[in-house]
Amino acid sequence: MPFSFLLLVLAGLSVIAYRFGVSRARAVAPGRQAVLHSRPMYHGLYVAIWCGIPALLVAVAWVAMQPILVKGLVMGGLPDAYDALPKARLDLIWNDIRNLALGDVVRADPAPEIQAAAETFRRLYTIGNAALTVLCLIAAPLAARYAVRHVSIDLRARNRVEAAITVFLVASSLVAIFTTVGIVLSLLFESLRFFAKVPVLDFLFGLHWSPQTALRADQVGSSGSFGAVPLFSGTLLISLISMLVAVPVGLMSAIYMSEYAHRKFRAVAKPLLEVLAGIPTVVYGFFAALTVAPFIRRAGEAMGLSVASESALAAGLVMGVMIIPFVSSISDDVINAVPQAMRDGAYALGATKSETIRNVVVPAALPGIVGGVLLAVSRAIGETMIVVMAAGLSANLSFNPLDAVTTVTVQIVTLLTGDQEFDSAKTLAAFALGLVLFCVTLGLNVFALHVVRKYREQYE
Amino acid sequence: MSEMTMDTPKGGARTRERVAAGIARRYRSERRFRLFGLVAIVSALAFMALLFVSIVGKGYSAFVQTEIRLPISFDVAVIDPQGLRDPDEMRAANYGKLYRDAIHGLFPGVESRSERRLLNGLVSSGATFEIRDAVFAAPDLIGKTREIWVPASDDVDMLIKGHIDRRLPEHERRMSDKEIAWIDALAADHRIETRLNWRFFSQGDSREPELSGIWGAVVGSFLTMLVTLALSFPLGVATAVYLEEFAPKNRFTDIIEVNINNLAAIPSIVFGLLGLAVFLQFFGLPRSAPVVGGLVLTLMTLPTIIIAARVSLKSVPPSIREAALGLGASKMQMVTNDVLPLAMPGILTGTIIGMGRALGETAPLLMIGMVAFIVDVPGGFSDPATVLPVQIYIWADSAERAFVERTSAAIIVLLSFLIIMNAAAVYLRSKFERRW
Repeated sequence: MPFSFLLLVLAGLSVIAYRFGVSRARAVAPGRQAVLHSRPMYHGLYVAIWCGIPALLVAVAWVAMQPILVKGLVMGGLPDAYDALPKARLDLIWNDIRNLALGDVVRADPAPEIQAAAETFRRLYTIGNAALTVLCLIAAPLAARYAVRHVSIDLRARNRVEAAITVFLVASSLVAIFTTVGIVLSLLFESLRFFAKVPVLDFLFGLHWSPQTALRADQVGSSGSFGAVPLFSGTLLISLISMLVAVPVGLMSAIYMSEYAHRKFRAVAKPLLEVLAGIPTVVYGFFAALTVAPFIRRAGEAMGLSVASESALAAGLVMGVMIIPFVSSISDDVINAVPQAMRDGAYALGATKSETIRNVVVPAALPGIVGGVLLAVSRAIGETMIVVMAAGLSANLSFNPLDAVTTVTVQIVTLLTGDQEFDSAKTLAAFALGLVLFCVTLGLNVFALHVVRKYREQYE
Repeated sequence: MSEMTMDTPKGGARTRERVAAGIARRYRSERRFRLFGLVAIVSALAFMALLFVSIVGKGYSAFVQTEIRLPISFDVAVIDPQGLRDPDEMRAANYGKLYRDAIHGLFPGVESRSERRLLNGLVSSGATFEIRDAVFAAPDLIGKTREIWVPASDDVDMLIKGHIDRRLPEHERRMSDKEIAWIDALAADHRIETRLNWRFFSQGDSREPELSGIWGAVVGSFLTMLVTLALSFPLGVATAVYLEEFAPKNRFTDIIEVNINNLAAIPSIVFGLLGLAVFLQFFGLPRSAPVVGGLVLTLMTLPTIIIAARVSLKSVPPSIREAALGLGASKMQMVTNDVLPLAMPGILTGTIIGMGRALGETAPLLMIGMVAFIVDVPGGFSDPATVLPVQIYIWADSAERAFVERTSAAIIVLLSFLIIMNAAAVYLRSKFERRW
């Protein structure tokens, strides 16, 4: 039975268990419900929780562990000759077995032991799924029965239900921590494997990036070189261009909105500007690649400049537009936080509105604005789709905005899409790049949030 | 005033002179500054308008599709030579021959092999399947001749829609003069028409632009969003309730809070790396599956929902809580019966916004293999699938000119979904939000 269906059945069983619990609670105190410690509803929930939750936990753990166990059993069952093979080869064999068992397209006529392994695979899965279904369908009613027997006048059902809910609340809030730990561990683990093949310093300070590694030892071509400096410079160049667009436009919009605009204008323009932030990045990428880049190339040619068809300028411009609402909403916040008294003071000295803004409001809001800009920079560095679609793949070490450059995110995507074995330096390099990306954006964020918070405290 | 000027007659006059001389300049600079602000807003909005106009302008034509009317004779000798009406035999029949014969019949003068091949190329290869389906839908067609609309190839479609320039010299065009002459002959005979492109809404992806559709991607997106919603909403609300209502102020809860704020700022592609390393490599979940996409997007959306839910919970006044506690409710009863219902509109608004962001997300899904070329419409949570934004990315990468309009049309569909969701969020907020 498919897993989603099993979940539905468990949910149905829990509803039935709830009804049982409620009627049981009514039955133990017929006609005088006030003597019950908890209202019947809580007894129902108590029974339903006993029915559903243990079975659910078993099912989730089973489904998570089943592939690992099956892999161990199937690979262990292969003839001894296979044990000596290198890990990469074993992974390929495992893929074959799995594809064969799931009925996908396989390479021509597999060896008999592979077919046998596929058969084992299929059998183990059938047995496993059947066992899980039976286990759940027996365990759930049994647990419910156990709970129903407990229902009595004195059962502190409400307290127990509330305790269970509290456990769920705490567990949920731990998900955020587990996510961070998962990110750090997976990035770190894969990066360490990468750094075992490529020295850290070569990676961080090397000037040449060409990640094509030979698949076979005798293949002609590159041994692969992983100097990431061209990627860093490309990322910085595109981020810089986008900031040159986003900061002036975003800041001036925020100033106009909060200091000059009529209330009605603001009510229309502000949500419209926010729409820019809601457009999916893939749409910006398409627009950049198909409309902006050719336009810039034609314009460049008209001026006698040679422009790459995937210029950094196109990607940076469009990314800048995407970030405008981000800069403007943060600037808007910090400008509004500047006390009115400071403006009034400037007006009293005879300053015009723009003089007040330039000489009083913006300097006072500067730390907050800087923090906001840093957040925007980290957004620009991590942005993926626009650069994947509009910036190139060629790792040029260039600061000319009309050249094609590539970025960290583009390379992660290129390295990890398409067919490849998981253990090659090429794929592991993507995780190393991911680690760099994670550290830089995290650092920028922590610093920026710190600055913004410091600034807010000043005026509160 | 006069007394002051009496006191410092000379200095006052000089100051006033200088102020008066500067005033015009200062007002000019004031107007300039104000204009800059307006220009900034207008240029951002103009860019947005340009984006929408360009995409709608490129995409609207994909909602119609050029079709050719052919007199297909459903030849018994081709469809069912043995006359057994065995479905398996009939399925394997050479339906392509039927439309090829039909179009050759319209142009009897075309004799040479290479020219005939060109002529066949006017019709999409998908015609084969549509003729077959027509036969299976109405078996009594066999032996008769009917006029049937079949899809034209993408080049014909592009020519009819004006994307291939007839005035270019022949060798610079994708179509030869001969082909254009045939098409014009068909058009003069009212055999070519642009009709509503139902395939675009009912088919999965295809290598042939004229046969490709977004239905597979829409279903994939729906399944992925279902997983995301089912996981992120309860988890997000529970986390927010815990942090806002129950958590003691200590180091541990501080760590959780800092964590959530940082997660909100991590680039989405890093979540894709996490999904690849943990869900695919460690747990061995299937590649390209909506369930994995949903898991990754859940982790990504959680911070958004948590932050929105906390703001919403915070806005419920303490008096409500005190009243509930005063009437003898337990803390949990206070939360579930009083605080949560009052905070729900805000939480739902935040959830819809988070889901909207997840719906438009592309990068992390590329990492977990949802970028594969998938023809079939997914039927379950573990089937290979793709989602709308990834479909847009795949099509945007394709070389055929005809995919440009499909990409834009898919973007129009995606943006419509997002507009509907955001409109729902705005409506919810304005209708149910209470100001205390």
